[in-house]
Amino acid sequence: MKKVVVVGNGMVGYKFCEKLRSKASSDKIELVVFGEEPIPAYDRVHLSEYFSERSSEKLSMAPKNWYMENDVTLHTGELVTSIDRENKKVITHHGHEELYDKLVLATGSSALVPPITGVDKAGVFVYRTIEDLDNIISYGKNVKSAAVLGGGLLGLEAGKALMDMGLETHIIEFAPRLMPRQLDDHGSATLRQTLESLGLQIHLNKNTKEIRGNGKLERLAFNDGGNLEVDMLVISCGIVPRDEMATTCGLNTGPRGGVIVDNQLLTNDPDIYAIGEVALYNNMIYGLVAPGYDMADVVVNQLADGGKKEFKGCDMSTKLKLIGVDVGSFGDALGETPEAKTIVFEDEQQGIYKRINLSADGKRLLGGILVGDASQYNMLWQIMDNELALPPAPEELILGSRGDAGSDALGPLPDSAQVCSCENITKGDIVNAIKEGNLENVGQVKSCTKAGTGCGACSPMVADILNDTLKSMGKVVRKVLCEHFDYTRQELYDLIKIKNIKSYEDLLNTYGSGDGCEICKPAVASLMASIWNDLVTKQDTIQDTNDRYLANIQKGGSYSVVPRVPGGEITPDKLIVLGEVAKKYNLYSKITGGQRIDLFGAALEDLPKIWEELIDAGFESGHAYGKALRTVKSCVGSTWCRFGLHDSVSFAVEVENRYRGLRAPHKLKGAVSGCRRECAEAQSKDFGIIATELGWNLYVCGNGGANPQHAQLLAGDIDSETCIKYLDRFLIYYIRTAEPLNRTATWLNKMEGGLNHLKSVIIDDTLGICDELENDMQYMVDTYKCEWKEVVNDPKLRSKFSHFINSETGDPTQKFEEIRGQKIPAAW
Amino acid sequence: MNIGEELINYETVSLEEVNTWFKVASIEDFPENGGACAVYRGLQIAIFNFSRRNEWYATQNLCPHKQQMILARGIIGSQKNEPKVACPYHKKAFSLKSGKNLNGNECDLATYPVKVESGYVYVGFKE
Repeated sequence: MKKVVVVGNGMVGYKFCEKLRSKASSDKIELVVFGEEPIPAYDRVHLSEYFSERSSEKLSMAPKNWYMENDVTLHTGELVTSIDRENKKVITHHGHEELYDKLVLATGSSALVPPITGVDKAGVFVYRTIEDLDNIISYGKNVKSAAVLGGGLLGLEAGKALMDMGLETHIIEFAPRLMPRQLDDHGSATLRQTLESLGLQIHLNKNTKEIRGNGKLERLAFNDGGNLEVDMLVISCGIVPRDEMATTCGLNTGPRGGVIVDNQLLTNDPDIYAIGEVALYNNMIYGLVAPGYDMADVVVNQLADGGKKEFKGCDMSTKLKLIGVDVGSFGDALGETPEAKTIVFEDEQQGIYKRINLSADGKRLLGGILVGDASQYNMLWQIMDNELALPPAPEELILGSRGDAGSDALGPLPDSAQVCSCENITKGDIVNAIKEGNLENVGQVKSCTKAGTGCGACSPMVADILNDTLKSMGKVVRKVLCEHFDYTRQELYDLIKIKNIKSYEDLLNTYGSGDGCEICKPAVASLMASIWNDLVTKQDTIQDTNDRYLANIQKGGSYSVVPRVPGGEITPDKLIVLGEVAKKYNLYSKITGGQRIDLFGAALEDLPKIWEELIDAGFESGHAYGKALRTVKSCVGSTWCRFGLHDSVSFAVEVENRYRGLRAPHKLKGAVSGCRRECAEAQSKDFGIIATELGWNLYVCGNGGANPQHAQLLAGDIDSETCIKYLDRFLIYYIRTAEPLNRTATWLNKMEGGLNHLKSVIIDDTLGICDELENDMQYMVDTYKCEWKEVVNDPKLRSKFSHFINSETGDPTQKFEEIRGQKIPAAW
Repeated sequence: MNIGEELINYETVSLEEVNTWFKVASIEDFPENGGACAVYRGLQIAIFNFSRRNEWYATQNLCPHKQQMILARGIIGSQKNEPKVACPYHKKAFSLKSGKNLNGNECDLATYPVKVESGYVYVGFKE
């Protein structure tokens, strides 16, 4: 049995263990790992997410028990200080000695800290580990402004994190452009313009001379004589390979650091390998994760299989979303190949810059740059990597051709084409897995092949390959509703509307089979409500229980009651009524996230009585129980707030009242903020409106929940009327085309063409349906009725609100306990 | 046997075992293609009027998953022709015929015979 010791438990070190264990179990190879950080390997690529999540678990590559389950001995918080090559052992700072047969150095890199005077002052940080981030977060709580030294990939990520902390944020870059390795001057300028509009302040061509301040950082002094007053500095200008221990034991290192390796990743000691950012191959340090994973693969191949795989260098292409801006850079991005020809597309208004570089004969794609819209990245990269023939008019590749040109272009992709560069999965691997495993959805493909589980950039392509493969196997990939309807939600929408179908039974008899179920009944109920706006309780048994009883079911079988409070504005008199009703019916009261008041613990039979009192006081249903418009939250706006630009409350009230009762594939939330401080958190809503000097910015398709997503700008600086018009169109388009229970963010994520497509439909009316969409919405607005008012005034509908069919009493099994002076249901 | 005593446990009753037909309510009181809850000697029974199939079913009202008195408010339907009810809380589905849990390991439901006579709905019990 062989014993392999790995020094370093970062992303690449972990990946090495994972790959090794998939090839060799513990009876073949004993595996011991040393990591100097206190926690096991985590995902450094998505480090900035730690600022919002604050959870190292979410970033973790694998939990501690993964190592145990896979017989990997992991020593965290233990630094290897030297290697005794003669006796083949490593020694840690605890004095612990560990023998090895083969040693793998995966020590990674540390942040490059330039020798600037004053760099040791308080308030100066590097951006590398979770510990660094914790320090940045705690220091950042007490300061107002921060600067990042370095305008590369990581620097901009760090800048975003600082901005999210509410700090005035500056980016300082030595080079004349941002991301100097990936972008040219125009690409940088486009990116800069967008980032500055988001609030980042960017300083290029700045050579920082000194960090000044009394004990702590107070200002930066530049070589050009300028100064920048700032409270905090985060250094992110490059990496230094962690090769100190290799140097002292006599391994060959490069003049600027890095352990020299050959194409088998071997150092000059035949028992010691180096992989990841510590390895210097062909005079190059690969500061990306994908090449590191490749290196791990090559070493595993030798150790576990006795193979002869070679590392051949790696593409440094990259695609990412920087602060919401797509940036892609691939191949020869800067056009440095002799006689390369360049095609450029630039749209200053939308902040889009695209460049492709062609070979001298115009037949091959050498590389390119995409800023603002990187949707063609995968296609372009594949064309480059597989040396596919270019179309006769190659400019079409970046001019945003319509239709599904994207997947057409992928048609000729050979099976050997690499799809997932993080895990090195080819198209052929994916196609085979789908065919052999009978896989039917992207989730299965991901867990089976690991494709798309790294950076995730290839996920759309994995989905395309899945669809193409299923089609080629003759499988139908339509997303039909359930076993009772062989139609998609969108098809049913059209059928109901065109055939004027008003009841579930009619639809099932005409277009369905069987007796329906808990999936199609509420889905059809929602469609009919969205189309006809009839009272939902007329077809009560096809509704989910919340819609059936117009209240939210809670533990124990009681319901909660949420009256509408448009825009979150409420008079003292109405507040008093809510208090009195809550007291009278003994209801637990809580303020909701949507600026309303939720009254919990109402018995089914009390609901009509409660609502009768609320309606008498001028309240209406809040539809908290429905897949429907919930609230339009607002900040206090210009009426009171000294920063407010417009009256956000009045606009929120207007918008909420316009769309109240609107049923949709899922719940809908909106918000209006009176200035870009964004107190109403509009960018986390399905639609968010933010005041600007000139009007409103309209954002769409954001959500909180399990997978938070920021809303994206649909239109900027528009007046109120236009804003309502776009909202009308947007909402009906969503209602018409989304799959059941997809919120707007998911809907947009699945939309072919994404935001650009949505803009073209809603703003440019490319489908010619905007009049129709507006008319549909006007119908909904005109036919709105308060559901609870209808029920309260109809004795027959009221009589449905009882627990027993043969007794007047309520459910005697409901039990309540007490917490902080209010009742709560007994735990289940 | 004391008739006034409350029943505590749900237990499937087959047609042959019925000693008491309990008269619940008139047909019109039940929703179409849906359920209602009846109480018999303290026992809550969910009764389903599957009008689309012209069938009636009765089960315990208690969902065994989280012990909630709720199944009468569930949506009914069919799975490959097997009539079923789905619990409103977590969509656990049960066969209305056999009471079997159709999508997991929850306990099965107790079921009871139903008969309709002269416009009234009856549920059968052993005692």
